Amino acid sequence: MLLIALALLACKREARELRTDPPATDALNGVVPMANRINGGLPRIFIAQGSPYENNAYQLGQGKRLYDWFNCKGCHANGGGASGPALTDGRWRYGPDPVSIFLTIRDGRPHGMPAFANRLTTEQIWQLTGYVRTMGAYSAQTAAPSRNDEMQSRPAENRAPAATEIRMPPSR
Amino acid sequence: MFAGLRPRRMLLCTAVLLASASGFAVSLQSSAASDIDVGNVGGMTLRLALPIRQTSGSAGRAIFDHDRLFVITPFPHSVLALNLARTDASVLWRYSPRADGMAAGLATGHVTTDGAVLSAGRLFLNTFDGHTIALDAATGGVVWDVAMADVERGETLLVAPLAIDDRIYIGNSGSDFGVRGWMAALNAATGRMLWKRYNAGPDVEVGIGEGFSSPYLPREPDLGVTSWPANAWQQGGGGLADAPIYDAPLGLLIHTTGHPAPMNAEQRPGANYFTSGLFARDALSGDARWFVPINPHDLYGFGAAGSLIPADIHWQGNNRAVLIHPDANGMVYVLDRSSGQILSAHPFLEVNASEGLDARSGTLRGNPAKAAHVNSTTRDICPAWPGATGGTARAAFAPQTGLLYIPVSRLCMDMEARQASFMPGTPYMGANLRIKPPRDSNRRGALLAWDVAAGRLAWSADESLPVESGVLATAGGVVFYGTLDGWFKAVDASSGRPLWQFHAASAIVGQPIGFQRADGRQYIAVAAGVGGAAGAVAQKEIDIRDATAARGYANAIRDLKPAATDGMLYIFSLP
Ligand code: HEC
Repeated sequence: MLLIALALLACKREARELRTDPPATDALNGVVPMANRINGGLPRIFIAQGSPYENNAYQLGQGKRLYDWFNCKGCHANGGGASGPALTDGRWRYGPDPVSIFLTIRDGRPHGMPAFANRLTTEQIWQLTGYVRTMGAYSAQTAAPSRNDEMQSRPAENRAPAATEIRMPPSR
Repeated sequence: MFAGLRPRRMLLCTAVLLASASGFAVSLQSSAASDIDVGNVGGMTLRLALPIRQTSGSAGRAIFDHDRLFVITPFPHSVLALNLARTDASVLWRYSPRADGMAAGLATGHVTTDGAVLSAGRLFLNTFDGHTIALDAATGGVVWDVAMADVERGETLLVAPLAIDDRIYIGNSGSDFGVRGWMAALNAATGRMLWKRYNAGPDVEVGIGEGFSSPYLPREPDLGVTSWPANAWQQGGGGLADAPIYDAPLGLLIHTTGHPAPMNAEQRPGANYFTSGLFARDALSGDARWFVPINPHDLYGFGAAGSLIPADIHWQGNNRAVLIHPDANGMVYVLDRSSGQILSAHPFLEVNASEGLDARSGTLRGNPAKAAHVNSTTRDICPAWPGATGGTARAAFAPQTGLLYIPVSRLCMDMEARQASFMPGTPYMGANLRIKPPRDSNRRGALLAWDVAAGRLAWSADESLPVESGVLATAGGVVFYGTLDGWFKAVDASSGRPLWQFHAASAIVGQPIGFQRADGRQYIAVAAGVGGAAGAVAQKEIDIRDATAARGYANAIRDLKPAATDGMLYIFSLP
């Protein structure tokens, strides 16, 4: 009993900010992209808030849900790619940093990535950005999104082996 | 035009019929010149290997005319006219239409091109980003260029045009994006639209009226609306699934319709007419004459993909004008061309998604155990999306053997349906797919020879990977096809016995062609370059650790390397 109580005490529940207030939303949109629209400065509020989209399991879980609901899956599969490139292979056309990914989702990219600025809120785009960054196997994260409730198709986020060439030689 | 390929004997009655009507619609797949035959093909040698700059996908079928060879490369396309009179096949002209880069995100599965068509000195092509273009075949100059499909909504032109007399027929693709399918006729001289008919919606828009009849449909108006939930037909898919054909004596344009959207069938209760079926239309007016529902309420995204092959054959004691259609669902259909009546339907490989044909409704009895449901995974459904054959895998029929040569995929799949939301320009799928090799076997593909009259398998040539190339059956009794692991093969048309093979630099998913030059010698040409539904795995930016990558093919095709080289065009002949 005591053990259980201690264990419960030990889990400090993560804060879930369910709605961002409007000024914060505006500020979150304030990325300062480089001229080539790859990389750039994060909005100051992003850092001031403690980068919740990078390390808060609730935000990452939201990102994962949005990834399904907004049909990212149709083009990128569960990260392995289809008509859109893989997001798990550690190769980036436009850079792995949050600003590049945020810009990709918000404004689209010229070779087939649609812009989602009119479909998603700024906050949702950051949630997706955070989730996309956990998909890749190139770095360890301190938080992981919720578990899959659907067809298992790949090792869970944070569990993928390092991105290596694991294709086998042809059969003949 | 194409004089060298006129059959010397009346061996290929259908080829003659179509060759005169539509240029060379069928002669490409059944070559009549019999210079190369079973006895000598073993000595066939490479005459020319030409690199074609392209990033992915095969160059579809080349076109031979007056010692020129026209080649179209995958998106972003270029068209090349090669001068075969020169030993180095120098380029006469090259044309690269301006490309809308956004279309690159729409190529789900078939990262290929279907080629162009030559008629009356003009080359007609469909670009993946939605333009139909007429070029002067002599110079490569643009005669006209019309935008026919809206890339923003996920709409593309994947299938090559069909040229008949002074008309060009085209149909759209984009069923995966919920694009409403249509077929249209353009004036070949100007590109002006003559008619456009949809494959779902109210009868007036579908072209259903007085002259329409089908034994397999309820006699009710507006089935294209009433067989869907409210307004779902508007984003219900049903674009062109495979190349259309023309029947000159009947004046009929016969075309397939693609699968309904979304793939999650529980979101669209009803038969979802007129998706996943075969339409015959009056070629002049576009009015529908008959429709055969092949996969109504399509559960697996098959559409009615698969070749349409007209043939005049001896059928149960009579000569009959039939249409042979090996379908993505794994059945070979033989239909009457004038009425659409199904004369026979047999499975050409092992399937479990269906349990035979219901003769009255003309449709397959589904296997309830293999139906896909929302939020639960149904395992081992055979065949897998996008089907046992179809797309780049074009079948050929050889009248002299009575055999239909079907390039097949023997894959199965696990499928989980998910609620999909429609957002224009994004995939309207609602399915997680994991494709698998067939149980207890790594023979994931084959070339099958199907005895059409007897309704049974004559022979099969097993392959490790799905066969996604087209097939060429020559009058010399040789059948040519290519494999994803880069072999270009010749086998005996009557027995399947291997006669010759050549290892190409990349996968072969294009259509081999045969042609005869002024010297009387027969040549065989084929393009190499990876593509097709399974070939999509071999793109550099696919991570096969995700089993659902490349629409689930990452799970089944883990042994196909990204191609090291660009595409190639090969030309062979006897020494
Ligand atoms: C219509 C298909 C399509 C949809 C839907 C789509 N993407 Fe993309 N995406 C692409 C393509 C194609 C590219 C490559 C664009 C380019 O190179 O210009 C891409 C690029 C990206 C990149 C950059 C990858 C890199 O290598 O730099 C990210 C991140 C991304 N998409 C995330 C998403 C997310 C998140 C969603 C859902 C909100 C989404 N995509 C929806 C097709 C799509």
